[in-house]
Amino acid sequence: MVLDQDLVRHLSEASVSVELETPEMTLNIGPQHPSTHGVLRLVARVDGERAFDVQPVIGYMHRGYEKISEVRTYPQVTTLVNRIDWVSGYANEVPFIVAAEKLLGVEVPERAQFIRLILTEMARISSHLIFMASYPLELGAATPLFFALRERERVLDLLEGVTGGRFHPNFNRIGGVKPAYGSGSATRKVIQDLPAGFFAETRVAMDKVLYAVDELDALVADNEIIVARTKGVGILPPDVAASFGVSGPNLRASGVKFDLRKVEDYLPYHLFDFEIPVGENGDCWDRWHVRLLEIRQSVRIVQQAIDGIPSGPLQAKVPKIIKVPLGETYVRAENPKGEMGYYLVSNGNQGPYRLKIRTASFSNISILPWILEGVLIPDIIAIMGSLDFVLGDVDR
Amino acid sequence: MSFLTELFSNFWVSLVGKLLIVALMIPLVGMVIGFAEIKLSAKMQARMGPYFAGGRWGWAQLIADGVKFFQKEDLIPDQADRPVFKLAPVLVLVSTVGLLVVIPFGPDLIFRDLSVGIFYALAISSLSTVGVLMAGWSSGNKYSLMGGLRAAGQLIAYELPLVLAVIGSVMLAGTMSMSGIVEAQIAAGYPYVILQFLGFGIFMIAALAELSRIPFDMPIAESELVMGYLTEYSGFRFLFFFLAEFANMFSLSAIAVTLFLGGYWLPGIPESVLPYAGPVILLAKTFLLVFAMIWFRWTFPRFREDQLQSLAWRWLIPIALANILITGAFKVYL
Repeated sequence: MVLDQDLVRHLSEASVSVELETPEMTLNIGPQHPSTHGVLRLVARVDGERAFDVQPVIGYMHRGYEKISEVRTYPQVTTLVNRIDWVSGYANEVPFIVAAEKLLGVEVPERAQFIRLILTEMARISSHLIFMASYPLELGAATPLFFALRERERVLDLLEGVTGGRFHPNFNRIGGVKPAYGSGSATRKVIQDLPAGFFAETRVAMDKVLYAVDELDALVADNEIIVARTKGVGILPPDVAASFGVSGPNLRASGVKFDLRKVEDYLPYHLFDFEIPVGENGDCWDRWHVRLLEIRQSVRIVQQAIDGIPSGPLQAKVPKIIKVPLGETYVRAENPKGEMGYYLVSNGNQGPYRLKIRTASFSNISILPWILEGVLIPDIIAIMGSLDFVLGDVDR
Repeated sequence: MSFLTELFSNFWVSLVGKLLIVALMIPLVGMVIGFAEIKLSAKMQARMGPYFAGGRWGWAQLIADGVKFFQKEDLIPDQADRPVFKLAPVLVLVSTVGLLVVIPFGPDLIFRDLSVGIFYALAISSLSTVGVLMAGWSSGNKYSLMGGLRAAGQLIAYELPLVLAVIGSVMLAGTMSMSGIVEAQIAAGYPYVILQFLGFGIFMIAALAELSRIPFDMPIAESELVMGYLTEYSGFRFLFFFLAEFANMFSLSAIAVTLFLGGYWLPGIPESVLPYAGPVILLAKTFLLVFAMIWFRWTFPRFREDQLQSLAWRWLIPIALANILITGAFKVYL
């Protein structure tokens, strides 16, 4: 028998390469996993501890809010939209209601605008405190969770006192806000306003939040292990971040000084003195730190707003049955997670003809395949956590 | 009394008696440390912790948990390698039992005073890693497999510093027998931590890695690997791992106390009361170290596997080697 030399060489090479190659493994991270913040699924191809191809799979939480909005009236839609990003439910309502008001041409009373602003900043504080709680947990430190959540509870108590809901306030009406306090009686007219003592309680709560933020700063920021785990991990250059549509604190951590609160006029932010914190390297530590600094700025805004809140009505005169005139508009706002926008098309009916919702988390997780290329499995968790997304905000 | 002495001088009676004591010690110690952990972590996190079980302070919480574990269905995954899956927790617990054997609780109060005591202790404590690897491999779960392999990789990192850290004390004492090391410290008049503070520090760091507790809990890593090799375990098999972890905390702390902190002896205590005071002193010192471990657990985040390797190879091992050199010089010239 004559041996085919080429075949022999081919076979021997094949056996060598088979022997040297360690087979890759496909690892499903999620949809049920403690660190995916809900039902996100990552299909990771891993070689040992190193992942070289990570694909996010979303849609497990799709609830069809854009479509449902088309068969709801404008006041009913706020109920839907504050379930999008449920850790800062209040902040989701404002841009939608501002879009509807813009089409209607309603002038919102100043006091109502201030209340919207105060509550939006409180939603931001509570959302960032959730991040402060969960991020160290993902790195293995359980204790900051309790310190952060305790302070978040104070903020949520205030929100509940004003709106009646901790997570889903449903507090905005077209033309103003509607406090639960003082209303609800058909026979007796009571002046509707914020609950008594709200401002004093808020001042106390804000001081406590500031103290807790200092405490978290001391507990987490200088910890050698946190620094070793997060500095230089998951670096997101500003140009890449911008090209993927990353927004909010994640973009600012990369050094881009862009905040819609300074750019847009959906709420009277121009009256207040606050800074936009930015990071230097765009790594996980910067993303963590920018959010910490943002809590301090939000506290500053709330304190200034309480000092300068004007008196007046909370609600503009609007018709009983609201029909928004023909037209379309886009309103975007700086939400805790990033840029949130509503593209509202009206054909003159009681409800939207089409509502396109641009959510921050959806764009922010589009960076995942890029940023998780070739990282270790522990870093997948560290990077994913630092992007701070909510699955309700991704799938809506 | 003479009847008892005669009875226990019988090899088989004393063997069974000692085994019973060891077997009872593991759940007892496991429960005390487990309860300390849940209560201390609650204190550190501004919580109450268990409150209702047992009527006061929730003291019966872990007993209730233990009973609950035994009531659970004995689940074995379909994909699991059944004999290995069943053997793994037993192996881990066996290494824990074996570790308790060489700890001197007082003069002559030791289950077995081996002449190579510390050598034996280090060897048998590594056995648990085999059990962990078996658990990870046999679970038929990718997360478990990675947890098991991480435990095996971790072994490479901490085992050398652990052994090298011990050598200083052994050199000073001139014996590997555990009670011999304590007696050498009594004779010297000071605990070896005064000279071996480097060795003590390295030993404690490596012990944390061996226990796979935070900051070195990568094989478990709840937020990454969903409890790693423990993922598929439930019921009493999980209880075995659980008890082994807490009992190992106790044993490794007791070994550290014996090697570096004078064991059952305190300076200033007359030797005549040591047979009675010894166990109390040893337990007090051991629980002090256990407390430190619990404190770390609830304060620190987790390292990454490669960071542990570089910590071990670039810092701990060179320092431990330098420590041996210095100790040798001290021994020869002073």
